[in-house]
Amino acid sequence: MLKTFPKGGVHPHENKFSAGKPIEIIELPKQVSIPVSQHLGAPAQPVVNKGDEVKVGQLIAKSAGFISANIHSSVSGKVSKIEKILDSTGYKQTAIIIDVEGDEWLPEIDRSTALVEDIEKITAEEIRAKIAQAGIVGLGGATFPTNVKISIPQGKVCDNLIINAVECEPYLTSDHQLMLEKSDEIIVGARLLQKAAGAKKIYIGIENNKPDAIELLKKKAAKYQDIEVVALKVKYPQGGEKQLIKAVVNREVPSGGLPIDVGCVVQNVGTAYAVYEAVQKNKPLIERVVTVTGKSVPKPSNLLVRIGTPVSNLIEKAGGLPEDTGKIVNGGPMMGKAVKDFSIPVTKGTSGILLIKSDEAKRPKTYNCIRCARCVFVCPMGLEPYLIKNMATVGMFEELQNERVLDCMECGSCSFGCPAGVPLLDYIRLGKANLNKILRSKKS
Amino acid sequence: MDIILNTLITLSLLGAVMAVILYVVAQKFKVYEDPRIDVVETLTPGANCGGCGHPGCRGFAEACVKAESLDGLFCPVGGNETMKKIAEALGRAVVEAEPKVAVVRCNGTYEKRNKTTYYDGPSSCAIEHSLYMGDTDCAYGCLGLGDCVAKCTFDAMYMDEESGLPMIDENKCTACGACVKACPRNIIELRNKGKKNRRIYVSCVNHDKGADARRACGAACIACNKCVKVCPYEAIVVENFCAYIDFEKCKLCRKCVAECPTGAILEVNFPPRKEKVENAEEAAVN
Repeated sequence: MLKTFPKGGVHPHENKFSAGKPIEIIELPKQVSIPVSQHLGAPAQPVVNKGDEVKVGQLIAKSAGFISANIHSSVSGKVSKIEKILDSTGYKQTAIIIDVEGDEWLPEIDRSTALVEDIEKITAEEIRAKIAQAGIVGLGGATFPTNVKISIPQGKVCDNLIINAVECEPYLTSDHQLMLEKSDEIIVGARLLQKAAGAKKIYIGIENNKPDAIELLKKKAAKYQDIEVVALKVKYPQGGEKQLIKAVVNREVPSGGLPIDVGCVVQNVGTAYAVYEAVQKNKPLIERVVTVTGKSVPKPSNLLVRIGTPVSNLIEKAGGLPEDTGKIVNGGPMMGKAVKDFSIPVTKGTSGILLIKSDEAKRPKTYNCIRCARCVFVCPMGLEPYLIKNMATVGMFEELQNERVLDCMECGSCSFGCPAGVPLLDYIRLGKANLNKILRSKKS
Repeated sequence: MDIILNTLITLSLLGAVMAVILYVVAQKFKVYEDPRIDVVETLTPGANCGGCGHPGCRGFAEACVKAESLDGLFCPVGGNETMKKIAEALGRAVVEAEPKVAVVRCNGTYEKRNKTTYYDGPSSCAIEHSLYMGDTDCAYGCLGLGDCVAKCTFDAMYMDEESGLPMIDENKCTACGACVKACPRNIIELRNKGKKNRRIYVSCVNHDKGADARRACGAACIACNKCVKVCPYEAIVVENFCAYIDFEKCKLCRKCVAECPTGAILEVNFPPRKEKVENAEEAAVN
């Protein structure tokens, strides 16, 4: 019997078309636009000016606050301007735009592929400092600054580090492919994270639809006593922190709490690889693996992309924009958001670009709620989505706090499961946003 | 016979005892309420719209009675007439306020603003606003799903099918401000009704640079500053690439309206302009 989380969950069609496609390096674009806000928290402060020459890996925007992250240039060239550009939702955001000239890296970055396994010399504090310096954020999509997450607050103990290699979103395969190609590096990265957080044990949670990755990582982890690879039953949203903790170590994070409250820290497998590169190779977070996929995409692929590359370049690399495209989604089909324009840049949180066919892009017709309670059944957080939706519709935002609406992680299982096609998640988001506004105004 | 008599006596006694208890309790726990609150409440319109900022008309009446003066207390629905009556009833000074009306500061009709994407989510402006910039290229303008119309309790608003924008019936609008709160993009503003109901306002809230704003919408304010230069009363300011007319300073001279290159400044309830002098001469010759 495979482990999984007990409450709720759905199983959408996996459609992993790009599985097993080797990671390809995409050609450098002519121009990159690097937004200064690619993470949760305060936007970074630009430290370069128009006309400055920059090299690959050079710091171009500094972390501004406790929850914020450094941003580095992903190309070499000249800063052409710092201006507001459209982000994926169409609202404007400050970005640093760099004209690419050559590909000159900072000399301290080790670009060799040799594996550096030794982690004895470096202390936990140095690891955390290096991670903060490299601007690493959670690469699973939430983009929470990694150094903050592994700085264990006083009075709390972290005994388990859980590496999230679940990749429960349909279509996406970037983590899967990364595990197949960079397994040694991931193990080293995980051990670095373990040391930084002071964890006793590492669990690597992988869903059972990636047997090759499970086998490979089990083999690589065999020589370490404290690393355990856990095969999990395929169920969405297993990649949610709280679900993964429940599935792997059977602990329940209290409502409103953090994983550290139950002694766990969860890190994405992509983050582990980025940590390896940052600590052992001095390479800041300037590129990531992005899946470009879709039912009618000619060449679904996993691409290694420099941050700031326009999404249109990725689509071209995957064989061009199919004619029947109805929607371009930034992320996976469950949690991703449709983008307004495909000139937007790839950011640290872009795990995939999904092209949905026009006949599948439209939302289902909405009927009245038939009170089947399917949404309650599938909610992994044990909420009552129908009730939250009704309360948000009539504007009872303050009362939503008692319904634990802030525990919702917006996985979309309720909307996915609803047989009447009610857009439950949209109303829940509305309720969350308004409740947060009320709570903030109460605080100040 | 006995049964009936006994029953009558017992019940009467019981009734009398209960009445005494009720009387004592009522006296003991009596809550004193200013009788003037009831008087003031009868003077209010009784719409319970919350436009005054108090929980319903009774709440407003309580606030009026409690407050030392009527400064800052105003019933937008009843207007000056109601406030005068309330002031008389309470024996306080009348505080007059200019009557207001809601205006929609977006003129991006279907013709002026092209749709660039297709939105098929829930029919709510608040949700569309939280998801993305909207189905046109303007991230500031009206989304056209009618959150404001749904919130209007006076039936003073409707969505115009031709333009896709909300329309306000100024005779019905009481300036309660429900639509202002409902709009996620802060497009609707309460402005002075003006002399003879005449108003001039900038019908755009786009804060993008001129070129970007123009590309998105043919009726956008492009922050060209022409209106600022032409205004003799310094009533117009351009802030963050968007002009705003201060209704306290504006003397309704209409110079800015003629000057605006995109037609973003609107005039309401003015008589048609006289034709230009040349045309008039031509007409005279003919």
